[in-house]
Amino acid sequence: MSQPALLVLEDGRSFAGTSYGATGSTFGEAVFTTGMTGYQETLTDPSYHRQIVTQTAPHIGNTGINDEDDESQKIWVAGYVVRDPARVPSNWRAKRSLDDQLKGQEIVGISGIDTRALTRHLRERGAMRAGISTEILDPAELLQKVLEQPPMVGADLASEVTTFEPYVVPAEGEKRFTVVALDLGIKTMTPKRMSERGIEVHVMPANTSLDEILAVNPDGIFMSNGPGDPETTEHPTTLLKELLQRGKPYFGICFGNQVFGRALGLGTFKLKYGHRGINQPVLDRATGKVEITAQNHGFAVDAPIDSVVETPYGTAEVSHVSLNDNVVEGLKLTGHDGRVLAFSVQYHPEAAAGPHDSAYLFDRFVELMEGRN
Amino acid sequence: MPRRTDIDSVLVIGSGPIVIGQACEFDYSGTQACRVLREEGFRVVLVNSNPATIMTDPEFADATYVEPITPEYVEKVIEKERPNALLATLGGQTALNAAIALHDNGVLEKYGVELIGASVDAIQRGENRESFKQIVEKLGAETARSVICHTIDDVMGAAEQLGYPLVVRPSFTMGGVGSGMAYDEADLRRIAGAGLHASPTTEVLIEESILGWKEYELEVMRDKADNVVIICSIENVDPMGVHTGDSVTVAPAMTLTDREYQVMRDLAIGIIREVGVDTGGCNIQFAVNPEDGRLIVIEMNPRVSRSSALASKATGFPIAKIAAKVAIGYTLDEIPNDITRQTPASFEPTLDYVVVKVPRFAFEKFPAADARLTTHMKSVGEAMAIGRNYTEALQKALRSLEKPEARFSWAGQPASELEPLLEAIKTPQDGRLRIVMDAIRAGATPEQIFDATKIDPWFVDQLYLIHETALQVAAAPRMTPDVIKLAKRHGFSDLQLAEIRGLTEDVVRGVRQALGIRPVYKTVDTCAAEFKAETPYHYSSYDEETEVAPRDTPAVLILGSGPNRIGQGIEFDYSCVHASMALREAGYCTVMVNCNPETVSTDYDTSDRLYFEPLTCEDVLEIVYAELQAGPVAGVIVQLGGQTPLGLAQRLADAGVPIVGTSPEAIHLAEERGAFGKVLADAKLPAPKHGTAMSAEAAHEVAEEIGFPVLVRPSYVLGGRGMEIVYSSAELTAALDRLSAGSGSWEHPVLIDRFLDDAVEIDVDGLFDGEELFLGGVMEHIEEAGVHSGDSSCALPPITLGNADIENIRKSTEAIARGVGVRGLLNVQYALAGDVLYVLEANPRASRTVPFVSKATATPLAKAAARVMLGASIAALREEGMLPATGDGGTLPPTTPIAVKEAVMPFNRFRTIDGSSVDTVLGPEMKSTGEVMGIDDTFGTAFAKSQAGASQPLPINGKVFVSVANRDKRHMIFPVKRLADLGFQIYATEGTADVLRRNGVEAVTVRKSSQGPGPNGEPTIVQMVQDGELNLIVNTPIGITQGGSPRIDGYEIRSAAVARNIPCITTVQGLAAAVQGIEAQRAGDIGVRSLQDWVPRIRGV
Repeated sequence: MSQPALLVLEDGRSFAGTSYGATGSTFGEAVFTTGMTGYQETLTDPSYHRQIVTQTAPHIGNTGINDEDDESQKIWVAGYVVRDPARVPSNWRAKRSLDDQLKGQEIVGISGIDTRALTRHLRERGAMRAGISTEILDPAELLQKVLEQPPMVGADLASEVTTFEPYVVPAEGEKRFTVVALDLGIKTMTPKRMSERGIEVHVMPANTSLDEILAVNPDGIFMSNGPGDPETTEHPTTLLKELLQRGKPYFGICFGNQVFGRALGLGTFKLKYGHRGINQPVLDRATGKVEITAQNHGFAVDAPIDSVVETPYGTAEVSHVSLNDNVVEGLKLTGHDGRVLAFSVQYHPEAAAGPHDSAYLFDRFVELMEGRN
Repeated sequence: MPRRTDIDSVLVIGSGPIVIGQACEFDYSGTQACRVLREEGFRVVLVNSNPATIMTDPEFADATYVEPITPEYVEKVIEKERPNALLATLGGQTALNAAIALHDNGVLEKYGVELIGASVDAIQRGENRESFKQIVEKLGAETARSVICHTIDDVMGAAEQLGYPLVVRPSFTMGGVGSGMAYDEADLRRIAGAGLHASPTTEVLIEESILGWKEYELEVMRDKADNVVIICSIENVDPMGVHTGDSVTVAPAMTLTDREYQVMRDLAIGIIREVGVDTGGCNIQFAVNPEDGRLIVIEMNPRVSRSSALASKATGFPIAKIAAKVAIGYTLDEIPNDITRQTPASFEPTLDYVVVKVPRFAFEKFPAADARLTTHMKSVGEAMAIGRNYTEALQKALRSLEKPEARFSWAGQPASELEPLLEAIKTPQDGRLRIVMDAIRAGATPEQIFDATKIDPWFVDQLYLIHETALQVAAAPRMTPDVIKLAKRHGFSDLQLAEIRGLTEDVVRGVRQALGIRPVYKTVDTCAAEFKAETPYHYSSYDEETEVAPRDTPAVLILGSGPNRIGQGIEFDYSCVHASMALREAGYCTVMVNCNPETVSTDYDTSDRLYFEPLTCEDVLEIVYAELQAGPVAGVIVQLGGQTPLGLAQRLADAGVPIVGTSPEAIHLAEERGAFGKVLADAKLPAPKHGTAMSAEAAHEVAEEIGFPVLVRPSYVLGGRGMEIVYSSAELTAALDRLSAGSGSWEHPVLIDRFLDDAVEIDVDGLFDGEELFLGGVMEHIEEAGVHSGDSSCALPPITLGNADIENIRKSTEAIARGVGVRGLLNVQYALAGDVLYVLEANPRASRTVPFVSKATATPLAKAAARVMLGASIAALREEGMLPATGDGGTLPPTTPIAVKEAVMPFNRFRTIDGSSVDTVLGPEMKSTGEVMGIDDTFGTAFAKSQAGASQPLPINGKVFVSVANRDKRHMIFPVKRLADLGFQIYATEGTADVLRRNGVEAVTVRKSSQGPGPNGEPTIVQMVQDGELNLIVNTPIGITQGGSPRIDGYEIRSAAVARNIPCITTVQGLAAAVQGIEAQRAGDIGVRSLQDWVPRIRGV
């Protein structure tokens, strides 16, 4: 029979449910994601490191787990909250059930709770620390443990998710460019999208030095998404400043957008409850077109939306904004001649999970390296 | 980009009468469009022949033309109104076809009317199979292998190439008309032959079978800046082979990985771009092979569809409204999402709940029809339910159908034999999921279920989950809170739990409520709670946190009419919506309860609060409770939604719910024969002799005493279900058997009435406040008594009644209203035989004719009724201006135009099991799905318009075939003679021809079908009809038909007429009306006039 489980938030609200996945106790920042598809990609997205992820879609696990859709080597979420887990997976690619996968990777989860009530709570009160346990079923006791956990603000997590050793994702077809991708929590699909465009991607650990990067003689620099507070990104920010100084074309995604902002002298801040979903509308301010994007971020860049910022590397401006709440969703650096030198977006053009509307950004990176823009 | 400033007026075309495949979803979309266009300052001109729609209310357009949607009539409207633009993508296939015709015949160009929403090229690219196929291939995707055919020879060639089974799909038809699955050559010849005929371009597609594949649909929206969003994904539980309108469907898709979903999304976006729908919505269907994921694009609709309505209700994203906005120039990011108010419409809704739609069929009305489900849509309505999981949503949806046999039941022992059940579920049919559950009860394995049905294993497992939950409930030593909560979480009703536990529903409810286990109400918010919702669009779930906001304003709950069915459709939704509008204006908080996704009532804009919930006693009681927690409740309205809420009235009242308007006791007084007889006796009103019986023996006694013919029917039904006219004792025995389904007993008594041959039937809608009667309208039926009032055409004002008759009707109606104790609407049916006005029946509720009467008399009857129910007097409403200051529908001035209502029948949708058409004879059981109105100065013209609106336009010359029953021969002479004088060639069978000749009418004698072709190859009448040689058929039945086994010679003629769509008149009175209509058409140009223009004439100013 099902085993009881308890979820407690740091403000004391608790939800009693049923154990899902592994048993035990787990802690992290409680967030919610609104995607209706793509739980396998979500679970294996390193940006969710140390987070307890609530799926607002009630049925999870319906298509099981397959061997193709993982976005990294493992499940990163600290805990998993769902309403109605599937009892049997059904998909021609499914190899095993999600339940087994969670158990196998010792991910503690909870099911059967009012996930909408939890989501509304997080929306009103903001993302906060939480714990799930199948061992401690007394809310007061579990709350005590939750309050002992470190908050997400100030957390430097890149070092915990980055690759230990550099590796190369070869270009598909004829190799046209070499790019160094700094792994701050990179997803499998990101280098793939580049390699599809003739880019040989050198994925390097977060603590890689400038010399090590330059040694590859890259045509462009890429920084990935990743977990944690961008204010703690001393090393990547310094690195990026050096690389911008050297005129290296740059493309950043998510955390890479925040690092870019900081390198340009802009601030970052924590959003109340973040953007996590695959239905987020973003306006490309240059074209006036809307793209539906995949997003997963709890922090954002603080930049003036209607004016430019002069930086030592050129003129910076906000290129994309969220149509939901005007949060900065992209930055662009142009030189004196108006040429784009570097750019980044807060959302996920690699889109796994999510819509492919923004795949053109990888083409733009290619154009940037070609000097065509 | 703001709205276009280069256009000032827009012509909107509606979808005409409700037919299978095109129902009130287009009233919903059209109403939204009209509302948007007017808000944006356009002059809105509307053409729609359907008076039961909200969109044809005069306040929704500047000029409302209730005129036939044919190129000829729409051209007249264009000529008169000179609109700059035409919006045709919101009125279904009818509007789209009319727009294409007006483009093709040069009218749009001649008057400089721009087609907005989708261009003609885009419509043709999307609907033409070949060009669509090329587009899909260009995008690197596949369509099913297929061949386009224009002749039967082409079709046979294609069959050789592709092999059987094959799918036949005619081009440019709606609801899959004429499509079907052919397993062999005979099938193929029949289906493809009909399909070639049904297609306006004589084109069918012959296609490889992808039977059993998973089926999906995406709703897509695009603006002129090329922003594209996907509104909703829908997955069919019934795999490929069943029309999506007949399938159980789920939103969002349940069994797709993100990769697969994104491939579909990319394709959908590519397709809408390539097809070139640049300002509007469309839906695209896909099939997926469950074995290997091979994806096939099935088709697209370059317009708003039934699925769009479902998707709008399922997500809270109002597709038609947004489609209208992008059509006039806005981009999606400029349009606010009115549920969140802080986010734009350029986003993709995300759901934190599950939506299930189930179809509702009416095979019981067409017993001869083939009830197997195919690619040809047969359902007449649908119910939708929302739950926090699939099991909850599915069980809610099934009980929303109001068919006890549709929901799952664990009463009694499981079936002892599994094999017959497994065999049965191989064939898609109405109620298949119930049979699947019965098979599970009988021990079927999931593999057996999948093999028989190809229903995805995940959905199959959900059925096992429901079954296992039922077993847990059964096995529990006591009804503990945990057990009840578990069952409720999976959608079990109190009634189902009662069955399982051997208790009564009330006991289960009592225990549950005592334990404090009640549903919470969540909100449909388009964003899975990411943003705060401003629109109270609720659904119940047994979850933790409720979202019903407290309020101070007193609430009025309006119970809607549930899924559309024959006898209860859009007309009742009309009354509910009107009540909501009137009471909102009067300062109440209006709360709508309904489960029909097609309707205007379930638009979250219609009422202050919307509960998308089943209309069962349990579900309604819980809503009442939730609203009582939120604030004061002034009352619940049960009178406007038809029989569904009326049937709940007593139980709700017993549970302490305040019912406003006519009390449940008064409702009972009218429904119960004995009690009503006393009301009539007290008022000294004559009724046909009648009696009630609870046994066959008693029924025979009553019938003998009354004298044949008699009308036999069950009590407490709507739409004349099971009603028959019986001419002999033997027929009575057969009729009683049918009523009791062979069991010999009935739940409610059987009513037996003397049937009045040759009487004029009269329908009256009135309003009574306890003091004063407001006679809303008096309608004179064109057919004699015996044809169900919903199926007969009628005229208002009555065309042959004198003032004395009207006064008599007024007095009788008032006496009944007073005697019964009506507060609100009352519908009375009378039969005028000689000088005696018999009362046939009285219904203390809104009737089907309320919208027609309201439009014909320019009086908002349903609005006034709602106010009366809440205590306003008719005098006060007169003063307020809602009702005319003096007079009523019985005192209309002579300048009042004649409005004719004509019923529209679904006969062409059904085939018997051997593939021929079902019979078209009208009788006491209602069969029509919709209605049209023709309005003009004289009866003939109005009648001609009504026939054109019902897609049965009267000919102005040509060949008429006449064959009538003996009792009708006398009455047909004059009208037929008139036709001959007008130059029609008359054809008749022997007997009729003789009578005509003796009366000086030359008639060509034609061979009966039973005589076979003549020695020199003279064709039979059936062959002549099939060959399309005739322009009009007059055939009155000899005796009656029942049980789908026609006993009369005319059946073949009438069914051939249906197949060829030749107007077929089955009553002598109808013939007389037709002659007047034909004369009017021949007299010259028939004009068009908007309802707004008629008002001064109706008011007599």
